[in-house]
Amino acid sequence: MGEEVKLFRTWSSSFALRIVWALKIKGIEYETVFEDLSNKSPLLLQYNPVHKKVPILVHNGKPIAESFVILEYIDETWKQAPLLLEDPYERAKARFWAKFGDDKVLTSVWNVFIKQGKEQEEALVAATENLKFLEEEMKGKKFFGGERIGYVDLALGFLANLISIFEEIIGLKIVDEEKFPSLYSWMQDFAEAPIIRDNWPPRDKMIVKFQALLDATIASSSSSSK
Amino acid sequence: MADEIVLLSTWPSMFGMRVRVALAEKGLKYEYREEDLGNKSPLLLLMNPVHKKIPVLIHNGKPISESMIIVEYIDEVWNHKSPLLPTDPFQRAQARFWADYVDKKLYDIGKKIIWSTKEEEQETGKKEFLECLKLLEGELGDNPYFGGENFGFVDVSLVTFSCLFHTFESYGNFSIETECPKLVAWTKRCLEKESVSSSLADPHKIHDFASGVRKRLGIE
Repeated sequence: MGEEVKLFRTWSSSFALRIVWALKIKGIEYETVFEDLSNKSPLLLQYNPVHKKVPILVHNGKPIAESFVILEYIDETWKQAPLLLEDPYERAKARFWAKFGDDKVLTSVWNVFIKQGKEQEEALVAATENLKFLEEEMKGKKFFGGERIGYVDLALGFLANLISIFEEIIGLKIVDEEKFPSLYSWMQDFAEAPIIRDNWPPRDKMIVKFQALLDATIASSSSSSK
Repeated sequence: MADEIVLLSTWPSMFGMRVRVALAEKGLKYEYREEDLGNKSPLLLLMNPVHKKIPVLIHNGKPISESMIIVEYIDEVWNHKSPLLPTDPFQRAQARFWADYVDKKLYDIGKKIIWSTKEEEQETGKKEFLECLKLLEGELGDNPYFGGENFGFVDVSLVTFSCLFHTFESYGNFSIETECPKLVAWTKRCLEKESVSSSLADPHKIHDFASGVRKRLGIE
């Protein structure tokens, strides 16, 4: 029986990128279904009725949602080019850093981008604290996975692209090369790695999208403070 | 060489209780250390410098944090007894999805019921909470456990919330059993297991604890 693998995603979703990278690293053939989140398809709603979000991986008709859940499923189903190591302690550490990336790093970096004035200053302090932990974790390694890209690299990888986009839009440095030498160098190495570099969403489109989001946020907060 | 297992936690923490349930399921001996979150021990700060939170499991000197990550670790290391995750990758994905759902939704929604000072927020919290429980009831279906015939990963993630039910009911002024009878039946079934009953805190003590915190916050 042939494998049927479909990935429901949007063109810009950082969470979906993790799945694209994982599938390509493992050499898995798949079909992409692009979704418009302002007009969700009946299939999306059928496959992810709980969260109604992307990405969704559908393997031989069976849907899996939530990017980290999907990554683990991919790693367990297709054993080539493993993303997680075998040792349970290393696996626990990888899961920890992936969760930290989403819960803390992404949130604080997003706040630096979207907030203004004092709130932005506070967000930058929080982001710097969080990035320091990643810097420590990166020391002496090329990738979080060691010599090869692994689970944590895929989990945090969106930073390698999104941070420079945010920095360009707001004119503020978030990952300074001097303050975060290991993290900065990882961002360059990861962004340029084979497979990764071929799959970034178009930068100009991303700038337009996030600039518009920022403009809308500023507009709505200034109109609500009248 | 015998395994050295230490658990840093606090008695009312549902997250810490998840780890206790998992350790008990595997029949493991461990040292429990109660933390005072107002005066965190040097060991806690050393073992979880990133979040400085409990629970932390220390296995032969190596720390693991985040309750469901700890539960999965325990399941992987002591995989010869009482497996919590199934072997099939798709079923494992379903289990991880629902445990993630419990983590993402229940705790934050539940907080609205207990700590909110605004009636509207509390009512919203109640409504959302019951919606979540009903969804989980649907997922349970006619199975004895979320793990199917056997107590599993999702059961561990959810069962420890049940010691908060009495507190939710008291402050929210509603009956969870009336709204979600199947789910309450499931909690009673889980409590028949020694690993669960020996790990969960007394719901009345939890209520008293919440009451004390509310008084200190000036909302009681």
